[in-house]
Amino acid sequence: MANSSPNSGTAMAVKKWKKKRGSLIMALHEIQDIKGYVPWEDAQEVAVGMGVPLARIYEVLTFYNYFKLEAPGKAVISVCLGTACHLKGNDEVLKEFEKELGVKEGTSTEDKLFHLQSVRCVGCCGLAPVVVINGKTYGKVTPSNVRSMIEEWQNNFANETDVA
Amino acid sequence: MANEKLIQKGLEAKARLEERAKSGFGDTSGARAKVYGCNSTSCRSAGGESVIDSFNQAVDANELSDQVRIVPTGCMGLCAKGPLVKVVIDGMEDQMFKEVEPMVARLIVAEYITPVLEGKISELPEFLKQYTLDLNSPFFASQQKIVLQNLGHINPESIDDYVDFGGYQALKKCLFEMSPQDVVNEIKESGLRGRGGGGFPTGLKWQFSHDAEGDEKFVICNGDEGDPGAYMDSGVLEGDPHAVIEGMLIAGYAQRATSGWLYIRAEYPLAIKRIENAIRQARKNRLLGDNILGSDFSFDLEVRLGAGAFVCGEETALIASIEGKRGTPRPRPPYPTESGLWKQPSSINNVETFANIAKIINMGAKEYSKIGTDKSKGTKVFALTGRVRNGGLVEVPMGMTLDEIVNQVGGGVDGDAELKAVQTGGPSGGVIPKHLLDLPVCYDELKAVGSIMGSGGMIVMDEDDSLVDIAKFYLGFTVEESCGKCAPCRIGGQQMLDKLTKIAAGDGKKQDVTDIKRIAHAMQKASLCGLGQTAPNPVLSTLKFFESEYTDKIKECCGGCACSCNKNEAAK
Repeated sequence: MANSSPNSGTAMAVKKWKKKRGSLIMALHEIQDIKGYVPWEDAQEVAVGMGVPLARIYEVLTFYNYFKLEAPGKAVISVCLGTACHLKGNDEVLKEFEKELGVKEGTSTEDKLFHLQSVRCVGCCGLAPVVVINGKTYGKVTPSNVRSMIEEWQNNFANETDVA
Repeated sequence: MANEKLIQKGLEAKARLEERAKSGFGDTSGARAKVYGCNSTSCRSAGGESVIDSFNQAVDANELSDQVRIVPTGCMGLCAKGPLVKVVIDGMEDQMFKEVEPMVARLIVAEYITPVLEGKISELPEFLKQYTLDLNSPFFASQQKIVLQNLGHINPESIDDYVDFGGYQALKKCLFEMSPQDVVNEIKESGLRGRGGGGFPTGLKWQFSHDAEGDEKFVICNGDEGDPGAYMDSGVLEGDPHAVIEGMLIAGYAQRATSGWLYIRAEYPLAIKRIENAIRQARKNRLLGDNILGSDFSFDLEVRLGAGAFVCGEETALIASIEGKRGTPRPRPPYPTESGLWKQPSSINNVETFANIAKIINMGAKEYSKIGTDKSKGTKVFALTGRVRNGGLVEVPMGMTLDEIVNQVGGGVDGDAELKAVQTGGPSGGVIPKHLLDLPVCYDELKAVGSIMGSGGMIVMDEDDSLVDIAKFYLGFTVEESCGKCAPCRIGGQQMLDKLTKIAAGDGKKQDVTDIKRIAHAMQKASLCGLGQTAPNPVLSTLKFFESEYTDKIKECCGGCACSCNKNEAAK
């Protein structure tokens, strides 16, 4: 645990943004950046700290695709479904991920290692079809690459555990 | 007086700009060789960052640091062949390298740059030629770069580089030589139209905002590039963030605005990082804040992030989102220029529009308006993707034909299949079939054939692509992104998608096509905002030019009716 108080990142986000205008979404972004999603307790903290009704916070959280209400897996697999990637067959890559991981798009594996999601354009259409896993971009992907990509991250996590 | 100190500092910054203008703009490093390595999202994804690192290490290892300058730059355009690296050595022909790997980077330094600088060779070694791209090929030679001028030449993280290439001179000119109305007039005269897609005359929008009264007044930059499959704005924000800031500053001065707001897609972390860095640098250099450059103009910028909602590209929805609400549009009027952000006059322009502003001031409206066509002035940046050989970010003068863009700049279809159609305008646009490729790219011409200019997505499709599938893809996107506020868009879109899905699966009936057209018409007429009004475009334009692709999938066709399906043709 980096912080002794579980909500300290949130407390800082609230402090930073509460006096600024048009800042609710920014504060929520900051929380999600730290925690990977916006937990219920943190939404409550924002409500109290920034003086915004909780209902309005959830109105925002559920309207925008970017915000997550549940903890994603350790590795977030984003399969780009922008036009160029669609045209070059990324739907098949997504299906392959669903098959290999045994989950549906938008959900996480039971061991919470992987979260599979589709996104709309990550801005490197020249490399289509594109998959991004925790910030690392894979270009010109085919369904046959899927297994090795998953294994790469499984190994990453296995090594982490070894070190720990 | 605190302000006097600020004014003093501002005037010093102004003097520095004046001093810089006395000698020619450009690189001042004095290095005999320069290595420009693309450091944009696309090339970084292909390994560009480690390539730049390798160049740095190799140059250090060869003790050439004082003779070679390595510049991490914005997008150089040919994204499909990245990572791209351009090497410029005094007295040598410029070389553009493609698909560079760290090993190749070390070889370029050891076998090309070093021996050339030592006078041992005077041309590129044969084995490196396999990595080069022809800079005289139409991809590079037929483009005209105004917005993307600095990309590939400057380090977007350095304000000094931007200033060295003429940056902030236009702002200085506006603040000290022109009145706000003069600036508005100049933009009007340039003929610049909104690059977000709508094509509204920018000068006119600025005039409305200039004339409006409010306690505060806002200039807003729309960087919520929502078209899935387009990345012009991210290219500009990543590659030349100061150009956007300078454009916003000039807009703020011209409209007598009190602050500026940049609304950027959260999915563009690199663009956000670079713009935030540029804002900090501009503040330090007295280009943002109180008494800018010692003048009485005060203005600052704030960044707000989108959160994955296509509808937020619509200006009233964008305003709601900055205010921290759901991004739902509201009826206009009142237009944002009267009552926008926090009910104050606000004018919204797209990233690319702002990136044009300083250039217009520098070259003059008259000169700028010579580029392009009668009603569409200047250039347009396109993200050329899909089944095209030279996929990437291109900038061409308005009025260039689609054929030239796709077949010359783009190098034609990638693969053996024939070109079938080109899609512009993303989910709000339409397809343009092969036989209309002579069409010049202008706002009005594209509209006349059922598409739109849009923000700059251009997708090339070949004979193997199904246009029913493309129409379904786009409609599926807009249905998912519909905010749900108005019924024509919320219900109409879903109904249309259901029928389209049925047809695509081979279960459609002739009546479905008729229904789709009726629903489309209702959505166009009755939707609250642009998202719903234009959502039927991909379906309607594919129906207009490729109706047989739909009717071929309809089993019940009798082969004797008025439709143009294959059964019908066979029956004849």
